[in-house]
Amino acid sequence: MSPQMSTKQALLETRHLTRTLKTGVESVNLVQDINLTINAGEFVAITGPSGSGKSSLLYLLGLLDRPSQGELWMDGENTAYMSDAKRAEMRLSKLGFVFQFHFLLPEFTLLENVSLPMRKRGKLSEIEILERAHQLLCDLDLPDDHQKLPEQLSGGQRQRVAIARALANNPLILLADEPTGNLDSKNGQRVFDIFEGLVANGQTVITVTHDPALAQRTHRQIHLVDGRLVY
Amino acid sequence: MAALTLPIALAHLRHRKRQTFVSVAGVALGVGFFIGMAALMSGFQMYFISKVIDTWPHVIIKDEFRDPAPQPLMLVFPEGAVRLHSLKPRDEIKGIRNAQEIMASFVGSPYAVAPTLRTQAFFRYGAREIAATMVGIDPKLEVKVTQLAQDIIAGRIEALNTTANGIILGEGLAKKLGVSLGNMLSVTSPMGAVLKMKVVAIFSTGVTAIDNFESYALLKKAQVLAGRTNVINQIRVRLPDVSVARETARQFEDRFGYKAESWEESYSNVLGLFKIQNGIMYSSVGAILIVAAFGIFNIISTVINEKRRDIAILKSIGLTESDITRIFLVQGLMLGVAGTVLGWGVGFGITELLSSIRFDMEGFIRSQGFILNRGWPPYFIAAGFALVASTVAAYLPARKAARIDPVEIIRGAA
Repeated sequence: MSPQMSTKQALLETRHLTRTLKTGVESVNLVQDINLTINAGEFVAITGPSGSGKSSLLYLLGLLDRPSQGELWMDGENTAYMSDAKRAEMRLSKLGFVFQFHFLLPEFTLLENVSLPMRKRGKLSEIEILERAHQLLCDLDLPDDHQKLPEQLSGGQRQRVAIARALANNPLILLADEPTGNLDSKNGQRVFDIFEGLVANGQTVITVTHDPALAQRTHRQIHLVDGRLVY
Repeated sequence: MAALTLPIALAHLRHRKRQTFVSVAGVALGVGFFIGMAALMSGFQMYFISKVIDTWPHVIIKDEFRDPAPQPLMLVFPEGAVRLHSLKPRDEIKGIRNAQEIMASFVGSPYAVAPTLRTQAFFRYGAREIAATMVGIDPKLEVKVTQLAQDIIAGRIEALNTTANGIILGEGLAKKLGVSLGNMLSVTSPMGAVLKMKVVAIFSTGVTAIDNFESYALLKKAQVLAGRTNVINQIRVRLPDVSVARETARQFEDRFGYKAESWEESYSNVLGLFKIQNGIMYSSVGAILIVAAFGIFNIISTVINEKRRDIAILKSIGLTESDITRIFLVQGLMLGVAGTVLGWGVGFGITELLSSIRFDMEGFIRSQGFILNRGWPPYFIAAGFALVASTVAAYLPARKAARIDPVEIIRGAA
């Protein structure tokens, strides 16, 4: 398979992706020699024991971190040598993040939190932004007061607002880092229900989880041990 | 972009109300004091200068030379190693020799000129004896050169011509002698001549140095008193444009050979003092603003430390480093602008307060209360200072915030 062919079909492709962390004299490989292709519409779980490099891999795939070696092709572009500004632009327009903690801005209403990425992108008018934010919140079962502050919500609700924010700019890939790690099992299941619904509509979702039961609900599991892929 | 950075910046400041208030107050105090001090200083200085310009000739041609005349031997051997010992200058009658010619050369020029003889004299009235300056003038010409006519507070300047041995005294001098209008006092010259003179007018310029030590009499009388008939030792000149006094004085000096002194040179000691005064004011007010800038630096550093998670999530969403920098720069700028606007109010208040204080002051000038200059420039200068200081103070922590690595924060939070 030629690289040109593969980049056209694959949304994400890594080649020998390695991230080394230098601590004093010794250096640790967080992830090592990852070769991976993820196609549009896939629902992927990254699993592995704690410290295996799951999150590190997700941060690399999400362009939050830079690889020490190797290449990362996203939507046909090699991101390894992109400027910080260009990577920020890619994150804005092509990626959406959900973390273990909701990381909503505490001073802003739900509506404002969800509007934020759209405001930064500046593609929509103010009315369109608010309409879309409202729609996203309703779709994620947050139909009542969108003028509430994050602190007035339950943990599960906050995480759903965070998902709405991640979806705001209609990302190519939704990346989730232990999105259920801070939730009870009912709310955790609910997050995965949402992911399934999104995937059914063609959304690509990559999630890190250490819960085997939840991982089973995805289409494909990538297992990491000591920063290496295990098949 | 403003739709994004502005609300975030505002939310951060609203979150830290007390610190925000303190740093705004710091800037406001700096700006306010700057405006108050500037009004006070420049008010006093401008008043003094305008007084001097009104009451003092713009240029005085004196019967002196800037450099002593070169000795003939020096002229013959300009390159030679000549040294003269025990050289005694010639005794000369002082005075401008070709005064009539010089005066005549000004006819038709835009300059107003008046010939004077300036001499020292002892004034005696009863038991009081005071040394002061007597200026012999031609009243008709003098009033065109100085504001003597307008400065008369009692009597009339024309009385000099109608009264035998009339004299006009400065207000301070009259007070020290204890004389009033119509009194006779005796005036003794350094040569020993004594003249009984009648006070025909009293003037008050507001400049202490003039009011306390100067008196005017007819040129002829002064010449008689000084024993220097027909001698003129100062030609006073008034210029249409006072700002070129220095250059004009230099031209006169080249033209006539005599030392020509501009008003800036006559008052160089006071003007030099003003420079020191301004230097002290600018540096002390600058210090207040620097302290205020530290306050801004402090609050923005605190906000950044508190909001590291928010910064991380904003970067993960796709905000660039310059977006993050802008969020905090805007905060600094908002503090600066708020402080400036508040400071304008404080400055206006200080100025009004100072102007309402009434007291008798006698320094270089006499006045009842502070003389204030309510101009706009200090408002803009202070605003410029404050905005630059607050922007710089915000920029330093903002740059650090922009470099926060989101991975580090997100990993740390888990």
